[in-house]
Amino acid sequence: MKNTKNNKSMLAPGHRGCAGCGELLAARTVANALGPNTIIANGTGCLEVTTTPYPQSAWRMPWIHSLFENAAGVASGILAALKQQKKDKEIKVVAQGGDGGTFDIGFGLISGMWERGENILYVCYDNEAYANTGMQASGATPWGSSTTTTPAGEGQTIDAIGSHQRKKDMIAIALAHGLNYVAQTTAGFLSDIEAKVKKAVTMEGPAYIQIMTPCIPGWKISPDQTLAMGRMAAKTGLYPQLEYINGELVNKTKITKPIKVGEYLNAQGRFKHLFKTEQGKEQIKYIQSLADANIKKYGLDK
Amino acid sequence: MNKKSQKSQTSQKSQTSCILEGSQAIAQTINNIKPTVISAYPITPQTHIVEDLAKLKADGKATYEYVRAESEFAAASIVTGASATGERVYTATSSQGLILMAEVLFNIAGMRLPVVLTCANRGLSAPITIWNDHQDAMTIRDAGWIMLFAENHQEAVEQHLLAYKVAENLGLPAMVNIDGFVLTHTYESVNIPTPAQVKKFLPAYKPVKGTYLNPENPVTFGAFATPAHYMEIRQELHNALVNSQELIKKEYNNLKKAIPEIIKPTEKATKINNGLVEYYGPKNPKTILIALGSLVGTIKDVVDSESDVGVLKIKCLRPFPEKEILDILKTAKHAAVMEKAISLGATNGPMAMDIKAGAKNKIDTHIKSYVVGLGGRDITKQMIKKIIKDAENKNDAIKFIG
Repeated sequence: MKNTKNNKSMLAPGHRGCAGCGELLAARTVANALGPNTIIANGTGCLEVTTTPYPQSAWRMPWIHSLFENAAGVASGILAALKQQKKDKEIKVVAQGGDGGTFDIGFGLISGMWERGENILYVCYDNEAYANTGMQASGATPWGSSTTTTPAGEGQTIDAIGSHQRKKDMIAIALAHGLNYVAQTTAGFLSDIEAKVKKAVTMEGPAYIQIMTPCIPGWKISPDQTLAMGRMAAKTGLYPQLEYINGELVNKTKITKPIKVGEYLNAQGRFKHLFKTEQGKEQIKYIQSLADANIKKYGLDK
Repeated sequence: MNKKSQKSQTSQKSQTSCILEGSQAIAQTINNIKPTVISAYPITPQTHIVEDLAKLKADGKATYEYVRAESEFAAASIVTGASATGERVYTATSSQGLILMAEVLFNIAGMRLPVVLTCANRGLSAPITIWNDHQDAMTIRDAGWIMLFAENHQEAVEQHLLAYKVAENLGLPAMVNIDGFVLTHTYESVNIPTPAQVKKFLPAYKPVKGTYLNPENPVTFGAFATPAHYMEIRQELHNALVNSQELIKKEYNNLKKAIPEIIKPTEKATKINNGLVEYYGPKNPKTILIALGSLVGTIKDVVDSESDVGVLKIKCLRPFPEKEILDILKTAKHAAVMEKAISLGATNGPMAMDIKAGAKNKIDTHIKSYVVGLGGRDITKQMIKKIIKDAENKNDAIKFIG
């Protein structure tokens, strides 16, 4: 076993995350990029449960978890307190949560925080379902994904394909709030996460970073597939790496030879069913059209 | 009134006594208490309080952060974050807003954050009502908060100081309940403590290092507890809340000494008045009426015209001052718990359940449960007199009088 004593990571080893967990990898990268002069408000979810089993904590920075849906509100309160202490310029306030806490249940509070124009970075770890409670579908669940509340089935209706709702476009919603910094990346590119966090904290006002974080049990992949899945998601065009500053798309990772979505989907258990039926194969075509539309929309091939 | 207290009343009056709307009185008191972070969402009948606080800020008469929230749930979350970062905080709400906050309220108490909240009490939907009753407060009475109820403007002022003092001392949140419209929108003569007076009783909030969010002393708040730890943590909270009774009484007396002008004056017929309960009426009455908040004022009027009836005002519902209550009730033959609240489907009103359970096998007083004034229905002297008569009736079933 490696000696962990000299590990000075802001998110210490010894947490209870699954081997190969994309969220923990991304969160550690975020925490280290932020450094110790940060206060984190964390929503309920895997990240919270795996890092803070009382009386232990893996966080080497001030960290608070209140509820599932209120990390943004708690962060606003922290910032207000720091303003009174005249420390709001030296201490960075960060709110973070999973896709359920961001796209769904905490959505209103995030909108409120953005509307107030507060200097807070919100990080969403998007594993595309409620993984902590056993992989139920969320607003971030992509088309065709089999989850425990959108299970693939043997029926003839659309219900048989798994999730048949479009993934909510949080990036567009963030941009519509007039945020100065909005970025999307994946756990396949840890140095990109680091760069984006470091950029985000230099920006005044609210910032949003959404990171796709592959989930080992939820996506039915093996622990060594995490990085590959993150990279493939970006390279299909389904989950492009994007960076907006003051509403302008200033950075994107080019896709010269897009990976076909079939290759990405076939590598994961949550999409396996699509390859077994005619109806499923139609869905793969449709998902390919979503990826192609992204490539066109963001000009990823240029 | 002796000469000394007369003098102090006069000198104080020139400085602070004024005719104020209840909401104004609370807003001014809060400003002088100097919380540094306020967050709220508007809801009738709480609105005037938060409007006044926003105006004080806009007029340059206040220095707090005023964070406009997009819901009560957010407002409660915002003060949670600010309190955990070591600041004195304030929020106010009513009715639907309070129950929308419910999840956060439990969380605040569990994290032992000394948040202070004013609830302008109002009924619950459906049917929707904007008028006063106590169903909102009763719904969250198990959340782990100190819950005070004010009879009038002056008592509301007094209880806000008491709330902060006890909350910050024990790491427990405190809620001051004031009847919507009856107190929030009416005008009375009231003494507001000056910032200097407040400071004498309530020094600036300085939490101990390592107990709040600060990069110099990184701590984790809100860890999750397995069955190996959860129960002890909840028991500790319960014990702290139960034991806070002593401090509430002690600090009420300290407040009385420090700023006597802002304490609700003692009436002639009042025999007992501490931070937890007040008893008004004759010694050893045959019947005692029990109530919360502004309703007690009306009951006192009725008691004045009766020879054998007293009123027990419960100023503090949580922690539940069982001993204080039973000591007052024990000599009475009958007691009637008059509640502007209902526990739907239960056999008694929520407060009556507590009192009856406490009284069982300890005192012989016959206690009955009455539901009154739901959704702002007027509670008249005739209704109170009817209850006094009915309290002698052996039938124990809960009764609606309105």
